[in-house]
Amino acid sequence: MGRYALKRILNAIPLLIVISFLIFMFIHMIPGDPARQIAGQDATKADVEVVRDQLGLNDPLLVQYGKYMKGLFTGDLGYSVKNGQTVVQTIAPRFKPTIMLGLCAAVWAVIIGVLLGVVSAVMQGRTVDYIAMIIAISGISLPGFWLGLELIQLFSVGLGWFPTGGLGSWKAYVLPSLTLGAGIMAILARFTRSSMLETMREDYVRTARAKGLGEFLVVMRHAFKNSLIDIVTVGGLQIGGLLGGSVMVETVFSIPGLGRLLVDSINFRDYKVVQALLLFFALGYIIINLIVDLLYGVINPKVRYS
Amino acid sequence: MSDKDKTTSVDRFDEAEALPTQKSRRKEFVQKFMKRKTAVISLIFIVLLLLAAIFGSYMAPYDVDQADYNNLLQGPSAQHIWGTDEFGRDIFSRLLVGTRLSLASALSATIAGTVLGIVLGLIAGYYGGWIDSLIMRACDVLFSFPDILLAIAIVAVLGPGITNVIIAVAVFTVPSFARIIRGATITVKESLYVEVARSIGCKNWRILWVHVFPGTVQSVIVNFTMRVGTAILAASSLSFLGFGANVTQPDWGAMLSQGRNYLNTAPHIVLFPGILIFVTVLAFNLLGDGLRDTLDPRMN
Repeated sequence: MGRYALKRILNAIPLLIVISFLIFMFIHMIPGDPARQIAGQDATKADVEVVRDQLGLNDPLLVQYGKYMKGLFTGDLGYSVKNGQTVVQTIAPRFKPTIMLGLCAAVWAVIIGVLLGVVSAVMQGRTVDYIAMIIAISGISLPGFWLGLELIQLFSVGLGWFPTGGLGSWKAYVLPSLTLGAGIMAILARFTRSSMLETMREDYVRTARAKGLGEFLVVMRHAFKNSLIDIVTVGGLQIGGLLGGSVMVETVFSIPGLGRLLVDSINFRDYKVVQALLLFFALGYIIINLIVDLLYGVINPKVRYS
Repeated sequence: MSDKDKTTSVDRFDEAEALPTQKSRRKEFVQKFMKRKTAVISLIFIVLLLLAAIFGSYMAPYDVDQADYNNLLQGPSAQHIWGTDEFGRDIFSRLLVGTRLSLASALSATIAGTVLGIVLGLIAGYYGGWIDSLIMRACDVLFSFPDILLAIAIVAVLGPGITNVIIAVAVFTVPSFARIIRGATITVKESLYVEVARSIGCKNWRILWVHVFPGTVQSVIVNFTMRVGTAILAASSLSFLGFGANVTQPDWGAMLSQGRNYLNTAPHIVLFPGILIFVTVLAFNLLGDGLRDTLDPRMN
């Protein structure tokens, strides 16, 4: 297992280097002069040149990339144009809301999604199955931002149960996490159902039934356990996608997280922050996929010995 | 016999053999598809949407840009069945006319991404080696970002606007097609008929286009239908964030974005565009499901 884990981690490193280079190039392709933006529109040519020197923009591109990579390891990611603080100072307080929101969404979506999928598979063709699958296909097709607005309208404006936005108390996480998790719950429910239906047709499940094992044990110990490999793979990829969803949800619910900061920074052309955030999101996504790969190895011995 | 003559005779033989089978297969496909009611209803809805996209501007009861300050934020009524917006404009008319912009941007992005993905997938799967590694690693890089974030990153560089949204959505559509087509190509290229085509001297591009590509069409159709739904969601999300259509344009996402400022006083402004986006995406997803179930022999 150790060798398998090491191999997966080593595979992720070149990918990260390529991504960091692409994001670096991306930001350099943006039209406009960052030195002029920092110096101000009234600054003289000489002033702009001084800022350009300070930012190292006169260095060759590869040297700039080298400095940028060095900065990544030393925590020096430059300064935000918007508030004058370092990029790290700007981003740091935004982590907690995004991670909390993502965790809340992931927990409810995984529990309900898998449960719905299992129940639906066990009761295939019955009313419960149809209702569960209607919920699932609707969840996949719902625009997250619209669902958020309708939840605000119903539960915040209409019933007054939850705040319309911000992060005052635990109640503030309820509607955003429901919005963020809806899509994942739906995908997991559909996938769990089809995977369970496939597994329940296997010979070993028939054997378990034939030897008189109770239906609950047959489903949970034999069918579900063997479907888990597929569920973990799909679930992991979807949970990675939460990072993308957070941009929409944080905007709708005015949550001061990383997603909202990304949108604000793009609008303000605060590209040092945009650069750092894009890299963070890509890193987060790769780490989540890596964890899924490792879990995959833990659950499925065939993978780690191949 | 020249290479050209050989190829033609083989093709003629293929056509003569295949014609009756293709006809019966098509009939069988239509019969199976018609049994899936949700897919048929979805297809009818999508056809109606396409008609609305083409003729919407002639069918709209009101001018989409005509402000009516006597009827601001009116709820649904006999005059305005889906109410009016903050400028008194008829929401039904704007949504009807906006179908063209919303569908066109999603469809053109998906078509562009599909074509590029197919070409890359065919090349990667057929040639293998370093070309395959290069294309697949590039796809890995694109897969390292959640779809919507990749689109936001591209729009951040290119700037806001519908054209850039189309480019952004097309880019994140490419890798999923490239992977699917590559997988299908690897399977198809080992088939006997591809080997025969190669042995009689068919050129690589001809083998790819005439013999390999048709074997991947089923995967393309199913994935394309599903991806249109994703593209509609992505494009409307970008418009909602202010990176897509101009707020004055009758785009579904932009209308939702404007309407959220009036959630307390006029909830219908966000209700109808949202329902339309939801039902449209649902229709494409259900159609994709139906096509997959009909085309995949394992589902029967």
